[in-house]
Amino acid sequence: MKKWYEYLWIFSAVYMISGFFNILFAWIGMICFITPLLLSIIGKGKIYCNRYCGRGQLFELLGGRLKLSSNRNIPAFIRSKWFRYGFLAFFMTMFAIMIFSTYLVYNGTNNLKEVVTLLWTIKLPWNWTNTSAVSPWVAQFAFGFYSVMLTSTILGLITMFFFKPRSWCVYCPMGTMTQGISMLKYRGKVK
Amino acid sequence: MKKAMINQAECVACGVCEKNCPRKAITIFHGIYAQVNENLCIGCRKCERVCPASVIQVVQKEVAS
Ligand code: SF4
Ligand code: SF4
Ligand code: SF4
Repeated sequence: MKKWYEYLWIFSAVYMISGFFNILFAWIGMICFITPLLLSIIGKGKIYCNRYCGRGQLFELLGGRLKLSSNRNIPAFIRSKWFRYGFLAFFMTMFAIMIFSTYLVYNGTNNLKEVVTLLWTIKLPWNWTNTSAVSPWVAQFAFGFYSVMLTSTILGLITMFFFKPRSWCVYCPMGTMTQGISMLKYRGKVK
Repeated sequence: MKKAMINQAECVACGVCEKNCPRKAITIFHGIYAQVNENLCIGCRKCERVCPASVIQVVQKEVAS
């Protein structure tokens, strides 16, 4: 019998698609940020990655079941601590910049920019959603957050294609953070 | 006997091996690394094939009795 959480990949797929229709759905993705951190803070280790992460399941499905992965070994440097923590630092810096630009829209310095930014550089116009129902900063955060989610999905798909299906999980910032938190928490117990 | 050996220093604790092991021989130790119960492992290499970080090797081992 399959467990309910083995279908969470559907949630991830629907989430990514929903952003094309209405950018405000991007906010729902906060669940995928907060849940893993909370779970590891309360001592559940990487149970989010191990069980509940729909994105991981989606890569497994696309790369494994649908054979879209070449299944090669990942270059050793990607699993090294400096690369994983370096990528986390870069990712968090870009995240902080995104929060700051949301703030600039909030305090009226900047106007809402209806663009989704891919790989932190490519700007895609994304102006087919009417966001006038919410404050401009709420919409700005949605654009920024969706950019983060889409960028990481694309990176994940690329490494899935070249290496093993869940290669993204080797350098995923959430996975690095939850492992880091677990290490701090269980320092004494490690062999 | 062949047994799975995990390079725990570089394991990312993703749990892919745990999920795929037909003998349920792998557990993730507090979200830090994977560990193999050698009494259950049959050396089938499934985990070695799926590990996204490629830190598992199935090697010949003396069975400790
Ligand atoms: S490492 Fe990232 S993508 Fe992989 S299971 Fe964990 S949170 Fe999901
Ligand atoms: S699949 Fe590899 S990296 Fe993931 S938990 Fe198992 S040994 Fe560690
Ligand atoms: S070699 Fe096979 S039985 Fe042993 S831990 Fe890996 S998947 Fe499980």
